[in-house]
Amino acid sequence: MKPILQVNNVVKKYGDKTALNNISLDIPQGSVFGLLGPNGAGKTSLIRIINQITFPDSGEILLDGEKLSPHHVKHIGYMPEERGLYKSMKVGEQALYLAQLKGISKDEAKKQLKYWFDKLEIGDWWNKKIQELSKGMAQKIQFVVTVLHQPKLLIFDEPFSGFDPVNANIIKDEILELKQKGSTIIFSTHRMESVEEMCDEIALIHKSDKLLDGSLVDIKKQFRSNTFDLGINALNPNQLKDFLKAKYQIEDTFFKSLDNELKLSVKLNDRSANELLNDVLPFGQVTHFSEKIPSINDIFIQTVTNN
Amino acid sequence: MGVLSLIIKREFISKVRNKSFIVMTFVSPIIFVAVAALIGYLSSMKTEVKHIGIHDESGMFVNEFKNSESYKYHDVSKIDPKLLKDSVSQANYEGVLFIPKKDNLKDYEKAIEYVSEDSPSLGFIADTESKLSEKLLRKNLNNQGIDTVLLDKSQIDVTMHLTKASGEETVKGVNEIKIGVGAIFGYLIMMFIIIYGNMVMRSVIEEKTSRIIEIIISSIKPIQLMMGKIIGTTLAGILQFVIWAIVGVILLVVANLLLGLNTSSPTTEMISKAPEYNQLLSNVTIIFMEIKKLPLLSMAVYFLIYFIGGYFLYSSLYAAIGAAVDNETDTQQFMFPVIMPLMLGVYIGFFTVMNEPHGTVATIFSMIPFTSPIVMLMRIPFGVPFYEIALSIALLFATFIAIVWVAAKIYRVGILMYGKKPTWKELIKWLKY
Repeated sequence: MKPILQVNNVVKKYGDKTALNNISLDIPQGSVFGLLGPNGAGKTSLIRIINQITFPDSGEILLDGEKLSPHHVKHIGYMPEERGLYKSMKVGEQALYLAQLKGISKDEAKKQLKYWFDKLEIGDWWNKKIQELSKGMAQKIQFVVTVLHQPKLLIFDEPFSGFDPVNANIIKDEILELKQKGSTIIFSTHRMESVEEMCDEIALIHKSDKLLDGSLVDIKKQFRSNTFDLGINALNPNQLKDFLKAKYQIEDTFFKSLDNELKLSVKLNDRSANELLNDVLPFGQVTHFSEKIPSINDIFIQTVTNN
Repeated sequence: MGVLSLIIKREFISKVRNKSFIVMTFVSPIIFVAVAALIGYLSSMKTEVKHIGIHDESGMFVNEFKNSESYKYHDVSKIDPKLLKDSVSQANYEGVLFIPKKDNLKDYEKAIEYVSEDSPSLGFIADTESKLSEKLLRKNLNNQGIDTVLLDKSQIDVTMHLTKASGEETVKGVNEIKIGVGAIFGYLIMMFIIIYGNMVMRSVIEEKTSRIIEIIISSIKPIQLMMGKIIGTTLAGILQFVIWAIVGVILLVVANLLLGLNTSSPTTEMISKAPEYNQLLSNVTIIFMEIKKLPLLSMAVYFLIYFIGGYFLYSSLYAAIGAAVDNETDTQQFMFPVIMPLMLGVYIGFFTVMNEPHGTVATIFSMIPFTSPIVMLMRIPFGVPFYEIALSIALLFATFIAIVWVAAKIYRVGILMYGKKPTWKELIKWLKY
């Protein structure tokens, strides 16, 4: 897929502290891109550069192949991690104002606002002030403000922090729907389960360096260890273990199951999964056989601690 | 609609709709008029009459003291001084003047004593001393054989007529009018800068603490937000001043009608002193003529130019301060250096320009951009060469651009900095980001 956003060798320093060290990324059109990394890794710095809030010391960023320039702000929607709205301004006026700052006309903004307010069933909030709304309600407004101008590229920095599970789910569904409609989404988060669920592509930044990037599937393949979880009701467990030890690396393991069977994790080394199956079948009833797929959480922790 | 005008509009509307703005706008003229009326009332009240005892052993001075509205003098020369001192402490008299008998008039220099519970006012002391000295002088002259009545008759009071080289006649007090007009303009600028500069600062802090700032500057440039904020707040301020002027005039007219404080119509007392009154009238006319003769149009234009330059200069500083801190209490350390040149400008204006409008100090401070809006406006009514004004304006606007640039840099970095109180050193470091 053609990248909608290309980050080329971006360097950003604050004084003598380096925030981004020669970062390059391609964000494919129509993908949900997860930008991962521990606190202080440089995620927000990169996001701010993409939003033209700050500027890189060197390197460039291309949106649709064009060097980033002020007129691109209308194609980008940004929901920062630290977010808020004018407390004493009415919801409707505020949303219209922010949309107009993005460069769309008042009429168009009104039309879009009506669509979103109907969709999220918050139409009667129009004349309320933000300070009269609950935190969760304000967050919904915040989301509407981010997507109101129908940007091609949406950037969410920790989008689910502060949302209760119900609202978080509503927002998640809306984000996926926007993706269906063709928007590209950049996600910055610590919540790995939402990364597993939503992201097609990820990049991991740690201490201002990019450690890995690519499609979620490719990265998982890269981190697969050819290890299988095996559950078997063996007649003679010890004999089976001794037999397997000769050909494979085995460890006791735990997974949820209904029987009290022998549970092993077996590393195949260079052998195939079928060979392992053939080897164990004579020893008893196989109840469980699955590849151990590394979770993003594991990959994240493994990569960060290795560096 | 351009982005800048959108921001200006929002800032203007949010300021004007604010309850404290509405209250300030309509309540402060009422307070102002009420205070003015109160001061007028208090100063028109009769002061308490003070009783002064005079114990004059020489009998020479006691007749020199004539009762006035505020002082009544009593001859207590026959009473024992010791007893008198006691009665002072019992507050029968405000104070008692003790004059001993001396043969040599020179000996009176240090011999007269005034005893009182409370310290006497400076005016009373000066008045009493001059009465005593006058009497002694006359006595001395008489002793030398000089006729003091003749001396009084020969006394001639001279009042100079002041005429400019161009031939126009002026009155004494015209300088006061000029400084008055200049001072009003200068003072207005200072007040406006402090009040609305603070408003700009608070509005920046509000955006920072509500965390909307990051969303806004992902759409527009920080300098656009800063300028929009300053201009929008200015417009709200100008609206407030216009309303104050209108409400103030209306209230003064109403107050005049209600209290009957009609100052312009001649009273019977004035008519009884017809010649003096005519003199006064002609002076008033000349004063009005003088005000009319001031280059009012060009002064208004200069006021506007200096107002814009000075206000933008300072409010960008205020915006930068607002951006650098997290909350209003942290602003203190940065406020002093901003307020100080303003205060300095006003003091220089009042004390130096008044005495020597074209002196070195006044000239220098009317060039320095941080004080020039105030000092130069005070100098202009006295006639300042055009090249000086041009230089001062050029300096002001050059500095204004430089300061806006610096402030915008601090602003750009500061609005995204949270959590720590910045130091001056850090602010300078931000300029390099």
